[in-house]
Amino acid sequence: MNLTLRIWRQSDPTDKGRMVTYPVDDVSPDMSFLEMLDVLNERLILAGEEPVAFDHDCREGICGACGMMINGNAHGPQRGTTACQLHMRQFSDGETIDIEPWRARAFPVIKDLVVNRGAFDKIVAAGGYITAPTGSAPEAHSTPVAKANADAAFESAACIGCGACVAACPNGSGMLFTAAKVTQLSLLPQGQPERYTRVIGMVDAHDEAGFGGCTNAGECTVVCPKGIPLNTIGRLNGDYLKATAKRGDTPGT
Amino acid sequence: MHRLAQVSVEIIDQCVAQGVPFAREYGGLLDTRSFGGAQVQRTFYARGQTGQQLLLGAYQALERQIGLGNVEMNSRHEMLELVIVDGKARGIVVRDLVTGEISTEMADAVVLASGGYGNVFYLSTNAKGCNVTATWRAHRKGAYFANPCYTQIHPTCIPVSGDHQSKLTLMSESLRNDGRVWVPKAEGDDRSPKDIPEDERDYYLERIYPSFGNLVPRDIASRAAKAVCDQGRGVGPTKLGVYLDFADAINRLGRQAIEAKYGNLFEMYERITGEDPYEVPMRIYPAVHYTMGGLWVDYDLQSTIPGLFVIGEANFSDHGANRLGASALMQGLADGYFVLPSTLANYLASGPLEKVDASHPEAVAARADVEDRIGRLLAVNGDRTVDSFHRELGQIMWEHCGMERSEAGLRKAIDEIRALRDQFWQRVRVSGDGEGLNQSLEKAGRVADFFELAELMCIDALHREESCGGHFRAEHQTPDGEAQRDDERFAYVAAWEYTGTGEPSVLHKEDLKFEYVHPSQRSYK
Ligand SMILES: Cc1cc2nc3c(=O)[nH]c(=O)nc-3n(C[C@H](O)[C@H](O)[C@H](O)COP(=O)(O)OP(=O)(O)OC[C@H]3O[C@@H](n4cnc5c(N)ncnc54)[C@H](O)[C@@H]3O)c2cc1C
Ligand code: SF4
Ligand code: FES
Repeated sequence: MNLTLRIWRQSDPTDKGRMVTYPVDDVSPDMSFLEMLDVLNERLILAGEEPVAFDHDCREGICGACGMMINGNAHGPQRGTTACQLHMRQFSDGETIDIEPWRARAFPVIKDLVVNRGAFDKIVAAGGYITAPTGSAPEAHSTPVAKANADAAFESAACIGCGACVAACPNGSGMLFTAAKVTQLSLLPQGQPERYTRVIGMVDAHDEAGFGGCTNAGECTVVCPKGIPLNTIGRLNGDYLKATAKRGDTPGT
Repeated sequence: MHRLAQVSVEIIDQCVAQGVPFAREYGGLLDTRSFGGAQVQRTFYARGQTGQQLLLGAYQALERQIGLGNVEMNSRHEMLELVIVDGKARGIVVRDLVTGEISTEMADAVVLASGGYGNVFYLSTNAKGCNVTATWRAHRKGAYFANPCYTQIHPTCIPVSGDHQSKLTLMSESLRNDGRVWVPKAEGDDRSPKDIPEDERDYYLERIYPSFGNLVPRDIASRAAKAVCDQGRGVGPTKLGVYLDFADAINRLGRQAIEAKYGNLFEMYERITGEDPYEVPMRIYPAVHYTMGGLWVDYDLQSTIPGLFVIGEANFSDHGANRLGASALMQGLADGYFVLPSTLANYLASGPLEKVDASHPEAVAARADVEDRIGRLLAVNGDRTVDSFHRELGQIMWEHCGMERSEAGLRKAIDEIRALRDQFWQRVRVSGDGEGLNQSLEKAGRVADFFELAELMCIDALHREESCGGHFRAEHQTPDGEAQRDDERFAYVAAWEYTGTGEPSVLHKEDLKFEYVHPSQRSYK
């Protein structure tokens, strides 16, 4: 198939950036979206032009590196699919495809389609863990976990930190990402001791890192490649309320 | 091994305490399952994402330390050289991948945890960023490289679909618990799988290995798949594939049970191939997956360079010539959580080390080497891309240093690698410059190191005139085609010392002593 790509080119964080049009011929429907970009890049290099920079690593939907807006959709048109898992059979011959980086205040563009998602790390560093000094862990079987809770925790643990939820959110909020981690850890007995300090730490770090507030727009869960459900945010809010009440705060301040 | 077995239990305790969501039984206790090469259920798991979940657990623990100010994290930095002062590892030279800035970090010790080198084959199940540069640079500075030819080829990957292929996707090994592997009995049978009746199918693993059946170890399953494809019985458009069929399991356990166990893998398969594995049998083919070789380390995980420690897939320890399922994660976590904290502390306690900073002549020289190499890569400005060289190198390796190796093939490969390496340095085109983010430059440096490693892998494979584990020499097989060991001559670790570009590497042998269990011809029949 033959395609026209319109790709965001931005040489560095200070560059204003622009869309540039590239025709790409002989695309096989069996190619992944990133393989199609590889083909373009090989041609650009031989033509003496700068290849398009994009992040990727695992190319199988587990590392979260490859996010990009494809025709205005985070990770493209197929639900539950990262850009690296998207295959060209989802597109038709002759189509024009717009490709842009995540756009969010907390994720500044580094170059072309590459953004800095380091703000997520800051949220995790502020509480997205269970304190368990190495060597002091109790025998794993000493605390059973009800299968239903274990399964629900697992569902939330599937988040790959890709940032699609942020890119799709009209407010640039990182609440789904934060809520996924809060939910996973607060469903497990091991996560109870830090349950309330965790949620406050993470939400504060989220706000400080420049993410917007959540207004329940629900776009995040639609684009999430791992199907993290919106009710995790409800759970986070519940924990946050209890936590601030414990701390004697007025909620929302 | 003994130590690994001891701490392995603590690993699960540690990870559970961190909140890693392992699968649970209805009673709330941890669930286990059987995994390739084992007939008992003894592997803890987190659906098809065990590695990912263990990684996230470790990542979160690390982020906690970063938050506490105990660790400074420099992401998007690549180590390009090791600094040695007075024979000890004292620092590294890194390039900031975002700004292009080269800097030198000095330290009392250096730990490499830079993973395996499977991407020397271009196509592998490894992430695209995996490379050998960190360990290869250390090797060039004196760290011995052990058993480089020991690579693991995983039997259950999605077959290659065309020349554009950039990586291969593993379908977790666990699928072999419920899937049955087969090909048509007749050569060139082009019928769709559902039109091939039961008695015209060859469930070859169950036939040849009745006691282990579909759960034979990886190398055996891989070679068997290659053998049936070589006989012209392969399936799919490229004929380099075999079926992994879940029809029986779905009939027996119900679709829901299969979905609960493998749902995400089935989805992944459908996305890539456009076929629904609940309806049509999966197609699989072997692919490079893991490298047992790596930098030689002692019991303390210290390399032959004092102060340079190597952990995880980057070292050669524990797996011998063939790794069993689930044990890479176990080894990596044991190294990092339980072994290194003691041995590294021990090394540091033997100090104090002389104070050095980045102005030390050795550090300045290492940095100059890095800058010079980058300059040379950018200056070639030839007519071929880095990827085109990498692909070609990968083909040579897959052909001659992959599932089956022979003397003639390996000699040919060594000549071809040398010739291609010369071409690389004359014809490669790296776009852009050394400033800022330049992915083409990053790849060029890694491929340049892969060329050197590839040659050493072939030399190692050539010298080891026996078959063992992942290393199968065509000349050394039993009458029924199984690996023929030669423990009289080869019961040793081959640790290679670098002696200069173009100079032959020197072989050091570490004898393997087996006190309790003695190696023998394996039988999975
Ligand atoms: C698809 C797949 C499935 C697997 N499934 C299992 C399983 O079920 N069970 C099991 O036991 N094992 C499994 N393995 C193997 C196991 O995951 C790996 O062996 C293990 O993750 C290696 O861990 P590591 O920390 O040593 O290296 P890696 O996880 O490879 O990490 C190395 C890191 O170093 C970085 N790096 C490399 N070079 C440099 C440099 N020069 N400078 C700076 N950074 C550098 C890399 O970017 C990477 O982040 C699987 C592997 C794959 C590919
Ligand atoms: S919640 Fe979903 S969309 Fe957001 S980072 Fe996690 S996986 Fe990506
Ligand atoms: S490259 Fe890892 S999720 Fe896409």
